Amino acid sequence: MTKVFEAADATNLMTELRRSFDSGVTRGTEWRVSQLKKLLIICDNHEPEIVAALHHDLAKPELESSVYEVALLRNSINLALKQLKVWMAPDKAKTSLTTFPASAEIVSEPLGIVLVISAWNYPFLLSIDPVIGAISAGNAVVLKPSELAPASSSLLAKLMEQYLDPSAVRVVEGAVTETTLLLEQKWDKIFYTGSSKIGRIIMTAAAKHLTPVVLELGGKSPVVVDSNTNLKVTAKRIIAGKWGCNNGQACISPDYILTTKDYAPKLIDAMKHELETFYGKNAMESKDMSRIVNSNHFDRLSKMLEEKEVSDKIVCGGQKDRENLKIAPTILLDVPLDSLMMSEEIFGPLLPILTVKDLEDSFDVIRSRPKPLAAYLFTQNEKLKERFAMTISAGGIVVNDIAVHLALPTLPFGGVGESGMGSYHGKFSFDAFSHKKAVLYKSFMGDSAIRYAPYSRGKLRLLKALVNTNILEVFKVLLGLS
Amino acid sequence: MEAMKETVEESLREMRETFASGRTRSVKWRKTQLGAIIEMVKDNEDKMCDVLFQDLGKHSTEAFRDELGFVIRSATTALNCLDKWVVPKKTSLPLLFYPAKGKVISEPYGTVLVLSSWNFPISLSLDPLIGAISAGNTVLLKSSELSPNASAFLAKIIPSYLDNKAIKVIEGGPDVATILLKQQWDKIFFTGSPRIGKIILAAAAEHLTPVTLELGGKCPTIVDHHSVSKDMKSVVKRISGGKWGSCSGQACIAVDYILVEQSFASSLVDMLKPVIKTFFGDNPKESGCLSRIVSKKHFERLSRLLNDPGVKASIVYGGSMDEEKLYIEPTILLDPPLHSEIMNEEIFGPILPIITLRDIQESIGFIKSKPKPLAIYAFTNDENLKTRILSETSSGSVTFNDVMIQYMCDALPFGGVGESGIGRYHGKYSFECFSHDKAIMEGSLAMDLEARYPPWNNFKLNFIRLAFREDYFKLVLLMLGLIKK
Repeated sequence: MTKVFEAADATNLMTELRRSFDSGVTRGTEWRVSQLKKLLIICDNHEPEIVAALHHDLAKPELESSVYEVALLRNSINLALKQLKVWMAPDKAKTSLTTFPASAEIVSEPLGIVLVISAWNYPFLLSIDPVIGAISAGNAVVLKPSELAPASSSLLAKLMEQYLDPSAVRVVEGAVTETTLLLEQKWDKIFYTGSSKIGRIIMTAAAKHLTPVVLELGGKSPVVVDSNTNLKVTAKRIIAGKWGCNNGQACISPDYILTTKDYAPKLIDAMKHELETFYGKNAMESKDMSRIVNSNHFDRLSKMLEEKEVSDKIVCGGQKDRENLKIAPTILLDVPLDSLMMSEEIFGPLLPILTVKDLEDSFDVIRSRPKPLAAYLFTQNEKLKERFAMTISAGGIVVNDIAVHLALPTLPFGGVGESGMGSYHGKFSFDAFSHKKAVLYKSFMGDSAIRYAPYSRGKLRLLKALVNTNILEVFKVLLGLS
Repeated sequence: MEAMKETVEESLREMRETFASGRTRSVKWRKTQLGAIIEMVKDNEDKMCDVLFQDLGKHSTEAFRDELGFVIRSATTALNCLDKWVVPKKTSLPLLFYPAKGKVISEPYGTVLVLSSWNFPISLSLDPLIGAISAGNTVLLKSSELSPNASAFLAKIIPSYLDNKAIKVIEGGPDVATILLKQQWDKIFFTGSPRIGKIILAAAAEHLTPVTLELGGKCPTIVDHHSVSKDMKSVVKRISGGKWGSCSGQACIAVDYILVEQSFASSLVDMLKPVIKTFFGDNPKESGCLSRIVSKKHFERLSRLLNDPGVKASIVYGGSMDEEKLYIEPTILLDPPLHSEIMNEEIFGPILPIITLRDIQESIGFIKSKPKPLAIYAFTNDENLKTRILSETSSGSVTFNDVMIQYMCDALPFGGVGESGIGRYHGKYSFECFSHDKAIMEGSLAMDLEARYPPWNNFKLNFIRLAFREDYFKLVLLMLGLIKK
């Protein structure tokens, strides 16, 4: 890094952004549209550089980069551009008899200066997607990309500096020191994507300034597989969702599978077969799979895999290459529940399968653990789908597919409990960065004396009648008949 | 305190068990509890008015208007609307995903904690409870120790009306709150000061618990006398009602101070004086219509604010105090020093500073220079000023030509921003406040596109690109082999 980010830089940054925000420039529709269009230009004109940066940081296959980062962003920006006017329009609210005569509306206003701290696994998507929300809502924004994807981080800094309004949109690169300095500032919102451990630190820091937070965390997202399913499609979708999405390094990646004892061998066979179709005989050589991000994470995953009573549960894969940061797609059968692998989010290419006697026992397994970001179910049994949706708490639930809900802007994306708080995507992104201001327009007419002191028995009776909407009683009191 | 810790843990265990049993999820259970709240308030109107009088000297009419009646209405709304609120929201999906279905269902968080406040001890306890119950949670309420009679009454009466395996009350002060905050909750709802709000938020961070903070702030009231001159009588009545008529200014949405043009300030004072007399008579202390200050500590805080020499010199009306009766007369200040404590902390009492400006447009800058308040009130018919207030300032809510009434409008979200809080409630927003919006998507196993899966090639890349753009025409051409890259 060329220059060091110091405490004075942080305060200067805040002063400059505060000045821009206070000037009102970011509130205007034109500014929001122009910045969104600039983000679109970044996607349209710089895709090859983005693909190259992602290849450098994660060996991410071109298709994955092109689709899950650039194309998703492009859709997200286009939707914001198309819907911005609708999102910004005040919502009319109905007023009641008590406040009559009046009209009311809910106005979406920007929160002010917001901080987006993103993650290394989808460095472009997870940086720019929240920024789209922040800009759409009219905020000034600082982005802190992850230092663990350095090429992506510096490309983001370069492109955003080149295209966006520097008086209101900034990128600060760096690691713990820089983040700590940033967290000491007073933000109007903090949007964080990452681990629950850091999520706690973010929220604690935010508490000092009463700053609201959105925390997009992860968790162990389970996949329940019923025997009443299309085995081939199920196997393919699980593989695409696990190894085909950044090699398991995704927050909505399938973390473990739950299926019955009888069905597990069939599922394993199908998955082995499809894995070979996807990645060839030697998956370690495949160009269609990302690598592990760095040696720390490689070692963390190795440790999980080498644990006693885990290493002998491998039914597929298990090969490792530390030098190239590669681990083969690995499936394990019935690892101990208290193993490291079943206690932490795996975030890598290891996929344990747990077997249960009765499929519904799997519900108890899931419910006994922290709430995951996603819960998946493969079945054609309608009753089972219904029970799963009703009894399993998770950020989101997908039946018969993996991870695709992420691409749907009509669904809120976000966790619950250990998997996070707050949601975004589509209009939910706009809402995440807006304050919903209640506005009531009152007229001077109809000023009822019961509102004011001196109080009397009559006023009390009238109030009671009003609360119970007892019109007859209201008239009686008003006419002095009661 | 060790015993209290055990009680809390035992209560929490029982509430978690109840929640896990699924009982509180049923709409029938929720409705039964909401109905029981209405019944509880109706059966105990007199007793509730009594405790509010004991704790705050609140007149029964005021008590009914601001608390009992409010709770009955809130519970009735929830009861009537619940069937509508719990319906999953269907969402549309792009054609490409056909025949997939998407919906969002509101699910209860689990076991939630409600920490309420002493100024409206009945409504600020029961109103969040209504939200928590509507959403299907089990809930523990800690009422405020500063309104001991109301607190004791709620602790006694709630178990006899509501399902006490799911809804519990614990009484106590900061030490009990500390014990409660160490536990893991699925949501915390707090009403009170920003100072305690920060403590709550930091404690919640430990367990990643989402929090709603209903705080306060200095709610300014702009009086643009040019455009409302013919309605000035209503203006002063409404302001007086909003300052002294609701718990004697001890309300988070009370009028904190007035902004008015210099030329009109003395007329405004002259118009406020007779309204105070009409409301509270010649001797407000004996009128029975003015609530008292809640505690000795708060009385001392207010008298300290008032005794600042610069502030004292600015008194133009009232100013008398009676420590024994915890009474402070409705008091008006004209231009107290802006750096004084009274102009920099929430007053939360019957003192009304009037700040004069040369031009009423300056009120925008004045408000912007302070932390974001819970509410802004503006008496004006000047459309330009209205627009400026709406677009240039930030606050929980804005009410034009009235005060406090936004609280009664359950179609509007109630809550702060910045220093005045996080999150919102009332009406449907209370239900949402205690619900997690769970996204559910159901795909089809029958339709499976090969282009979704590796090994990757150019055909698949183009296919997916077009699919994302929803360019179905080109997609068909691509599949027919009519376009190539």
